[in-house]
Amino acid sequence: MCNRFRANKKGRRNVIVFNAVSKRYENGREALANLDFEMQTGEFAFITGHSGAGKSTVLKLLTVIERPSSGEVFCAGDSLRRLRNREIPYYRRKLGMVFQNHQLLFDRSVFDNVALPLVIAGYSTYDINRRVRAALDKVGLLGKERLSPLQLSGGEQQRVGIARAVVNKPPVLLADEPTGNLDPELSAEIMGLFYQFSQVGVTVLVATHDLGLISRYDHRLLTLHEGRLVEDYQETSEYESGFEEARDHDFEDELDVAHTTGEV
Amino acid sequence: MGSLNTAAAQGGRGQGASVLQASLRSRAEHYFRHHREMARDALRRLADTPFSSLLTTLVLAISLALPTGLFSVLKNLQTVAAGWTDEQVKVSVFLKKDLKDSDIERLYHQLLKREDVMQAELISRSQALAEFKKWSGFSNVLEGLDENPLPAVLVVQPRDVSVNGAKALRDALGALPQSDSVQLDTEWIQRLQAMVALMQRLVGAFALALAVTVLLVIGNTIRLAIEGRRDEIVVVKLVGGTNAFVRRPFLYTGLWYGFAGAFLALAMVESLTAWLRTPARELAQLYGSDFVLQGLSLSEGGIVFTVGVMLGLLGAMLAVRQHLRAIEPHGSI
Repeated sequence: MCNRFRANKKGRRNVIVFNAVSKRYENGREALANLDFEMQTGEFAFITGHSGAGKSTVLKLLTVIERPSSGEVFCAGDSLRRLRNREIPYYRRKLGMVFQNHQLLFDRSVFDNVALPLVIAGYSTYDINRRVRAALDKVGLLGKERLSPLQLSGGEQQRVGIARAVVNKPPVLLADEPTGNLDPELSAEIMGLFYQFSQVGVTVLVATHDLGLISRYDHRLLTLHEGRLVEDYQETSEYESGFEEARDHDFEDELDVAHTTGEV
Repeated sequence: MGSLNTAAAQGGRGQGASVLQASLRSRAEHYFRHHREMARDALRRLADTPFSSLLTTLVLAISLALPTGLFSVLKNLQTVAAGWTDEQVKVSVFLKKDLKDSDIERLYHQLLKREDVMQAELISRSQALAEFKKWSGFSNVLEGLDENPLPAVLVVQPRDVSVNGAKALRDALGALPQSDSVQLDTEWIQRLQAMVALMQRLVGAFALALAVTVLLVIGNTIRLAIEGRRDEIVVVKLVGGTNAFVRRPFLYTGLWYGFAGAFLALAMVESLTAWLRTPARELAQLYGSDFVLQGLSLSEGGIVFTVGVMLGLLGAMLAVRQHLRAIEPHGSI
């Protein structure tokens, strides 16, 4: 197991490790079965699968919203199975989270939304001002910090969410259907941002079932089916087979199901 | 395992993607700043909904003012009961109504000569009526009566003011043929003291019940505030807010409610005291007492205030404990 944390051939270290992880919910549903995968510093990966395949569960385990039934999850230096409840907030400060529905606070300005993680972590006003501006600049929203998120378009709201996720420079960025409601152009813009973060060493994991989006990039692709990893496409190996595999699961139909049931 | 974590941690901080660490000093400053901000924020939220905030504050104020007011009454009654001096141990002899004024006069002088009588005062039927008219407010009713319904009274002060001495005099005077009935005023004092003791317990129980009311009102108000900010709590928890951080604004809300409720309660009790002071003095004068209605002392006011603020904080703590734990970001992914 220790091998998992050794530097790989590129000299990178594992940031996220799933080691024989299973998750069975209280209602008996087995969401993950014996899942194994690792992600390194600065790695960019998509995780995909139809509703109920387990990608939400992967994100829930990484954010410690849920705990694994068995196996070990390591992320950003913490063993998430052994993390105590009171340690969870401090662990979460090492994550950047981008949500499908943005999870913005509409009674506060864009600035206050982005500043929230810094306020929670206890930064000085000076640092907060500096870092929030830098993050907003990064997502192209500098000058809109006084606005309410309600005055922004869907794409802009998502970018506020991204600015909030990266404002305290987390080593890990998790995104849950970040382009869910956006048109292809905006989606590409946001993927571009994520890619930039990975280039400066952030480990980026994007959960999506937008195959069109995935197909436009040559990134690692983890495909889940009924809680198992059925395909781990690496960006340097045969891309086509990964895509074929994905098509075999008939995602287009399931996409519709997901939309009608409102599930992620 | 330890080395695992270290390695993974190093991995996490490689290549310039280090987590920003706020310095200890910055965090300490932040801690107090956040307290200040939360206190201000809680106050602003109360001001944003002035009507409901005012209603809640009023309920709290009344719940605090009732036992405080009763306590105040009790305190004054105790002063009355305890401040009864020897000169005020008196036997009232109510004389038969068919006695002539000259007979009454003679009896009065006889009494003054008795060994066991220190002093005596005669209140004639007409004097009694005049005083009653003046103080009772029933003058119109009395006008309608054909004759004066009040008896003449001899108020006698015994030489021996012990309970037994006073009782002996009462019995002696009661045996007089002219006497209709006698009353020893110390009995009244004893009754008052017994009543005060009883009321003390009642006020205690009442205060306890109303303290619980305050807790419930604040608890419910905070519960609604928590419900109203559920989304915000979820987001704060997702981006690493500790429970203490999430709790803080609600605890301040409780604190402010307790503060405002206690302040208003004290204002109510004080204005009621001021309003009653003059009639109370007049009533006391009727009994020949220089008793003055006492308001709450500074320390008593301080206690009421502290209790109010503490109840506010405690109510908020209970509500937060109960309801905040239930809000976890389960559905956000």
